[in-house]
Parts: sequence; C-alpha cells; structure tokens
Amino acid sequence: MTFDLNSVRDDFPILKRQVNGNPLVYLDNGATSQKPQSVIDAIVEYYATTNSNVHRGVHTLSQQATDGYEGARSKVRKFINASKDGEIIFTRNTTEGVNLVAHSYGRQNIGPGDDIIVSNMEHHSNIVPWQMLCEESGANLKVVPIDDSGELVMDEYQEMLSSRTKLVSITHVSNALGTILPAKQIVDMAHSYGAPVLLDGAQAVPHMPVDMQELDCDFYVFSGHKLYGPTGIGILYGKEDYLNSMPPFLGGGDMIKSVTFEKTIYNDLPYKFEGGTPDIAGAIGLGAVIDYVSGLGFDQITAHEEELLHYGTEALESIAGVQIIGTATDKAGILSFVMDAAHPHDIGTILDEQGIAIRTGHHCAQPVMQRFQIPATARASLAFYNTKEDIDALVKGIDRVIEVFS
Amino acid sequence: MAGLSDLYQEILLEHNNKPRNFKSVEDANQTAEGYNPLCGDQITLSLKVIDGLIDDVGFQGSGCAISRASASMMTQSIKGRSVEQAQHIFDAFHHMITEPEGEIDSDILGDLETLSGVNAYPTRIKCAILAWHTMKAALNGDIQVTTE
Repeated sequence: MTFDLNSVRDDFPILKRQVNGNPLVYLDNGATSQKPQSVIDAIVEYYATTNSNVHRGVHTLSQQATDGYEGARSKVRKFINASKDGEIIFTRNTTEGVNLVAHSYGRQNIGPGDDIIVSNMEHHSNIVPWQMLCEESGANLKVVPIDDSGELVMDEYQEMLSSRTKLVSITHVSNALGTILPAKQIVDMAHSYGAPVLLDGAQAVPHMPVDMQELDCDFYVFSGHKLYGPTGIGILYGKEDYLNSMPPFLGGGDMIKSVTFEKTIYNDLPYKFEGGTPDIAGAIGLGAVIDYVSGLGFDQITAHEEELLHYGTEALESIAGVQIIGTATDKAGILSFVMDAAHPHDIGTILDEQGIAIRTGHHCAQPVMQRFQIPATARASLAFYNTKEDIDALVKGIDRVIEVFS
Repeated sequence: MAGLSDLYQEILLEHNNKPRNFKSVEDANQTAEGYNPLCGDQITLSLKVIDGLIDDVGFQGSGCAISRASASMMTQSIKGRSVEQAQHIFDAFHHMITEPEGEIDSDILGDLETLSGVNAYPTRIKCAILAWHTMKAALNGDIQVTTE
C-alpha cells in the first residue's frame, strides 16, 4: 500500500469539517488523535450486531463478542511483539496502567528506603502514582534531570542507579518536548541493577514501531485514543513472570476462578487484572485501528511525520520572536513553542479563530515547564494525516498573533 | 458572536503591555495567591486595607494577556474604594463575564467593560476572573484560591 496523503485524509471524516468558518487544521494529536472511519464502523458494527457480555454466556452473541474482544488482544500482542496474549492487559488508558503497576507491583515490592526513578519530563500520570506510593511506603522518588535541549542526562541516571533502585518508570517519548528517549539503553542500565522498568509509551506508539522483545522492558503502557483509536481503552503490557507474581488490582467479576466466603481463587492472566465488564467496543475499536495503522505501515508513517517535523521546525525557527522548546536530536512530531509577543493561551485562542487546534498550557508536565522556567507553551503535535499545508496554516496563524499583539 | 477584535481590544493590549500596580505592596495587610491549575496562570495580590478602605493594591505573577489586563484594570478600579464598593464591582464584573445575555452595569465597571468580549470565549472566562477571585479571597482572609 502506498502512502497517498489525500486518500489517507479521506479515511478521517472529521478532517472534512469546518471550525469557525475555516477548514479544520488539527494539530493537537498529542492530546488525542482523530479516528479513521474503519474504527468508527467497527464500534457501530459491534453495537449494532454483536453487543453482548464477554467470557460468560453460552449464547452466540456472547461468543462472538468474546472472539472480537480476545481477537483485539491478539492484535495488540502482535502489534507490540509481546510473547503471549496473557501479557496484554486491557485498561482504560495509560494512567490506569501506571496506577495498576504502582498499586499491585509497587505495594508488594517497594518499601522504606527503596528508590523509584522517574525523569524530569514525565507526564503527571507518571509522577503522581509514584509520589503516592512513596508517601505510603517510605520509598524515595529520584528524578533524572534533562538538559537544555530536552534530552535525558544519562550520566546522572547512571549515578542514581543502585541496589536500592526498585523501579524505573520513564517516558518513551516526551509529550511536552517530543524527545525520543533511549529506551533500550535505559532498560539495560536498570536491569544491571536488577530493577524492572516501566515505559510510558502513550506518545510513542502512535508514531513508531515498538517491540517488547527488543526493548526488553518489564512494563509498557499506552492509550488507544492517542493511537487513532477510541477513548476509554488502553494497554498495560507486562512480562508474564512479573504479572503472575503480582496481586490483582480491581476485585470483582471476571478476575476470579471461584469465590466462596472462605477463599477466593483469582483467575489466570490476563483476566486477573481485568475485574468487571471491560470496554468491549473500545477493545474492538483498538483492534480495528491496529489493522488500519499496520496497513499503512510505520515505514511510511514515520517518514512522513519526520518530513513534517523538519518542515515545521524550519518554519517556526524562521519567525522572529518564536522559540521552540525541546530541540533534542531524536524527536517525534511535537512542536512546543513560546512567543515573545503573546502568552500561549492567547496564541491558542487566536489560532482557534482560524480553525487551527493546538494545545496550550503545561501539558500535564509542570516539572518540564519549571525546568525551562516558563509558565506554559503552545504545542502543535503532528499525525500522519497532517500536511505541509497544515504547517503553513500554523505559520499564517502565528503571523496573525503577532499582528494582534503588535 | 464577538470576534477577536472584541476580545483583544486596544485598551486590553495596552494594560497587558504596561500593567498598572504591578508590584508587591510593601506594608500589605491582606494578601492572597490565585492559581489556575488548568493553564498555570498565577497571581499574587497584596492589599493595604485601612478602616475598610483599600489604600493600596498590587499584583504580581504570570498569565495570558486577558488575565494580566483584567488584574491590572481591577487594581485601578478598586484602589481608593471601600471593601464594600470593591464587592459591588466584583459582582458587576462577575455578572458581565458569566452572563452573556445580562445587562452590563457601565457606571460601576467603567473601562472594565472592554473585557465583556471574554464572555463569548468560555475557555477564557477563568483567565479574566482569576484576579477577581483572588481579590475576594484576600479580603475574606483566605490565602489561596484556584479557578478550575
């Protein structure tokens, strides 16, 4: 399949709409990305023809719903090259995946005086669960600094690792800066101290192939909705040995084998971690988007996004009074910037007037803002359906901001 | 619907560029910090209140043009007024910003009326109102206030 940008854009119905009298220029993919028609159809089709509960009924619909749900799990397993379907846990989102590991693995294995290592460029969802665990357990949270370009200071990371390190939880791609972290190296260094590693893949999975065998991380979390799939469904990958040793997270239906008031026996993987009726339609939608993305292929997706990032970086750098925040050598499609003329909020409002959607604020990464001593940034985040014309519209929009504030 | 030119009026941009009373009042007896966790806007307001009269007021912090201009114009409007009058101005401003169809009390608001365009931008109302909630908190003796 060749990458025909026009036909790709045709697959996303929302891209045809107008906002404030202008064609939508959607550059807020880091917050959530748009959904292809095939995903919308899969969800509609499920509710229209198959809706039923999974794993229990003997009737036809239940069996078909179970097949769809479990089929989606297998698609995820292949997509990230995990060894077994049992290592793929459906969650609501990335945040729930991190919290699951903090509650289940963390409470069991992390105690007073132990260290948990995160980085200075984490999303709040990869900071707060660990702070909560530290408060409860008496463990310490260590923060690996970042340099002025937004890259992790690896020497400092090396210094922080010790026999006290009980978990390293680091982002794969920074949501605020776009930095692609050297994940494999981070994992190998932690493993040499016997510490497991959780990678936050929310911003990585939509833009690059991720391979659990190659990364060798112990946990990997991401959300469906940033991967052009539905909201409400996410993935926790965990190595089987870890998941087997961990206590359940949510107690309830589906996560048990048998219940008596004397003794309850928990279910096998992955069901042990999926208490209650799951988001069946969401899982099926996620499966559909994996088919879609796999059909396009990451070779083409990555090449196109890199070209756009390069084009956008040059365009923004050429505007006087605009400064890009996050200039790492290895970067995914995120253009975070500040302007001398205007605060990010004002930039966002003026761009919206022209139909351009970007994110403004701290991007749920306040420590990153503190590191760069700025209150907020404006962030344009790219997807494979974006075009050079979208970047041109952004540049024109920024010119308008300068005009309003001159 | 009001357009950009209604929102970013000249007087607002002027206050953004040269905010009035952008200072910390040295012998303040009432201070409060306002914070908008959604966007990171932050304001510290200090007031010197003598016998129910706002003798001096200053603000510091960082925020967008709307929050900054709103804070600047607020300090101008309440300086030299009684606490009770400041409360009336608060009520009139709050009504103007949050009730798009409501009547605007021009007599009380004066220049503040130029901020009325904000009510067409629901996401920006919090920016305009932050300084005002902070003022109310300071006068009530609260130390921190957030708008979300």
